Amino acid sequence: MSSIGTGYDLSVTTFSPDGRVFQIEYAAKAVDNSGTVIGIKCKDGIVMGVEKLITSKMMLPGSNRRIHSVHRHSGMAVAGLAADGRQIVARAKSEATNYESVYGEAIPIKELAQRVASYVHLCTLYWWLRPFGCGVILGGYDRDGPQLYMVEPSGISYRYFGAAIGKGKQAAKTEIEKLKLSEMTCREGVIEVAKIIYKVHDEAKDKAFELEMSWVCDESKQQHQKVPDDLLEEAKVAARAALEEMDAD
Amino acid sequence: MNFIASKQPENRLLGPESDTQRTLYPYVTGTSVVALKYKDGILMAADMGGSYGSTLRYKSVERMKPIGKHSLLGASGEISDFQEILRYLDELILYDNMWDDGNSLGPKEVHNYLTRVMYNRRNKFNPLWNSLVLGGVKNGQTYLGMVNMIGVNFEDNHVATGFGNHLARPILRQEWHENLSFEDGVKLLEKCMRVLLYRDRSAVNKLQIAKITEEGVTISQPYSLKTYWEFSAFENPAQGAIGSW
Repeated sequence: MSSIGTGYDLSVTTFSPDGRVFQIEYAAKAVDNSGTVIGIKCKDGIVMGVEKLITSKMMLPGSNRRIHSVHRHSGMAVAGLAADGRQIVARAKSEATNYESVYGEAIPIKELAQRVASYVHLCTLYWWLRPFGCGVILGGYDRDGPQLYMVEPSGISYRYFGAAIGKGKQAAKTEIEKLKLSEMTCREGVIEVAKIIYKVHDEAKDKAFELEMSWVCDESKQQHQKVPDDLLEEAKVAARAALEEMDAD
Repeated sequence: MNFIASKQPENRLLGPESDTQRTLYPYVTGTSVVALKYKDGILMAADMGGSYGSTLRYKSVERMKPIGKHSLLGASGEISDFQEILRYLDELILYDNMWDDGNSLGPKEVHNYLTRVMYNRRNKFNPLWNSLVLGGVKNGQTYLGMVNMIGVNFEDNHVATGFGNHLARPILRQEWHENLSFEDGVKLLEKCMRVLLYRDRSAVNKLQIAKITEEGVTISQPYSLKTYWEFSAFENPAQGAIGSW
């Protein structure tokens, strides 16, 4: 899929003869190099998980948060350049609080996704700005129930049942497609997401990783929060067990 | 911007011809709030009246609200300013929650934030016309503070606003002691609220008592106090009255 866009790839305001904007595609490559991020929509909510690759043994566990709350009812998991991700999250938080102060209710997830996507797209229109080097999975619970959106560096945003970005996205997508999401509760979903992340983690190329998960569901009272510690432990144990079973075959 | 003759006067103290607005007087007001520290936390009482001048117009105004996990805010004065303060605090608590770092704002922090807001507005001659009572418990520490529209703030074992300062606090000074039980605390608050009901013309006989402990906030359902009007001096009040002509 990769091709060198010699000459047409110097600026985000240049099209190539075959109608591609190479800078945006290169930005997407930055996302593909980061740890896998998965989101799934279960019967009663959303579960998001991040494979946080540990670059240094001296890093404190629990630092380098990749999943952020954007408002009470929604959260965002970021893949790609972390600093770019911080900017997008800050913008999303500001959009959400602004909507609430004007309209008096929590921002609908569809609206939030549109605003974030517009903002990301904005940075692909001017030559003095570079596109964001990060993709974002946005999960939330509003009046219309739980919803999951993904925003790419090009500014595209679609709604999904299950989405994956980062290194292991192809493998993760295959695994997600095997799940029966419409019958799954979030409790079960947490276990499944952990299993998938452990599965797609490439032991050869990257050494250690830390699993970070969050959910918005009926059990969490439609608030976005980190998955409770005991459930997270249960998920990790189940995931490791599933891996060993696979290796044993 | 400098070329256009600006209609906006620089001086905010100018009278009616200035475009800027500032609070001059309150419209819908709540009367006293009384609060005290007890064994497990804070007890706070406020009636549910919203007066429009001398009319007791609104009778179901909730003047006490929980703030975050650890605090309870009671307000007297302009109700719309109270609602605005609740919005500021809502945003404050939301941003605090989004950090998700295991820490949350306690009553002392919220009280300090409110003091800054109230004092800064007063300095711009645009006050939020309220007297606020902020109580809470965090990590076993009980805190009770007050801040009013001119920015005066302090912390004490029992506080009151408005008429409560004159009628309730003397009772509390006599009868408050450390480690009150819940029942004794409620009895003491009801005693204060009854005096206020008899003597404060903007009091209504429909009140709520709120309690905040380490576990959380509970605000009671509205109820009424029993009053006694059979004093002999009230019998046949017109007896000694002499006609004016």
